Amino acid sequence: MRAAVIVFPGSNCDRDMAVALKAAGADVSMVWHKDASLPDNVDLVAIPGGFSFGDYLRCGAIAAKSPICKAVVNHAERGGYVLGVCNGFQVLTETGLLPGALMRNAQLKFLCKTVDLKVETSESAFTDGYSAGDTVAYPIAHHDGNYTVDPDTLTALQDQDRIAFTYAENPNGSVADIAGVLSENRRVLGMMPHPERAVDAGHGGTDGQALFRGLVGQFANA
Amino acid sequence: MKARVHVMLKNGVLDPQGEAVRHALGSLGFDGVEGVRQGKVIELDLADGTTEDTINEMCEKLLANTVIESYRVEVL
Repeated sequence: MRAAVIVFPGSNCDRDMAVALKAAGADVSMVWHKDASLPDNVDLVAIPGGFSFGDYLRCGAIAAKSPICKAVVNHAERGGYVLGVCNGFQVLTETGLLPGALMRNAQLKFLCKTVDLKVETSESAFTDGYSAGDTVAYPIAHHDGNYTVDPDTLTALQDQDRIAFTYAENPNGSVADIAGVLSENRRVLGMMPHPERAVDAGHGGTDGQALFRGLVGQFANA
Repeated sequence: MKARVHVMLKNGVLDPQGEAVRHALGSLGFDGVEGVRQGKVIELDLADGTTEDTINEMCEKLLANTVIESYRVEVL
């Protein structure tokens, strides 16, 4: 599998994302935000966490208008896979590839801790290494992770089984405890928690490995 | 020419920052503050002749996230 990790000024989880993907067997290249195109034959684009463009204007807003994001949107529209974590999730909502928006945490505090998540669906390349109902522990580290979406879209997300992860105990006020959502074609996943920070025993947990292995495995089997 | 863009969270979208400000005003002894909404003001220096349509397009494409925010343009 060929993966590209996008790097914006202010990205800080780009290297961790690349390490996690490589450990799962992906061939990874780093792509600078000013590039107007992705490397040839990329299967997965990963948008990492961080504070792209200093979170100026709104988290992810400036990054979503960068040259590379046009290529990422085209990639997704062609049916390519995209994973956005933390700031990457914020970027994906700002591009419109995922519905909703991430607002300031309800308690207004920056949250940095490991939380339990419930896997809501195993019906995606990202989550088929888990079973629906599994509990996994991933770190969170965000100030703006309070997911909000209008009631009609929420119903659609629920009806179409597009909620990938929910929080066991809601830390940030997100609607319906949502921690991660899938696109309609189930090939774009945005999530606030960090699977790439849970792939090595030294991280304190390895629950994220199954996400990356499952994703890379999809292509190995194809 | 100049224009001022006011960006506010839409009605019905809970504003945690506004709520925190309301609580703080209450603890300072200002009674009767029933609601606070916090937004942004963005001032634009523009080439003469820039149309309001163009400014609206700037708002739609970047300055506001219309999923959660509304905006108002004031040409000065």
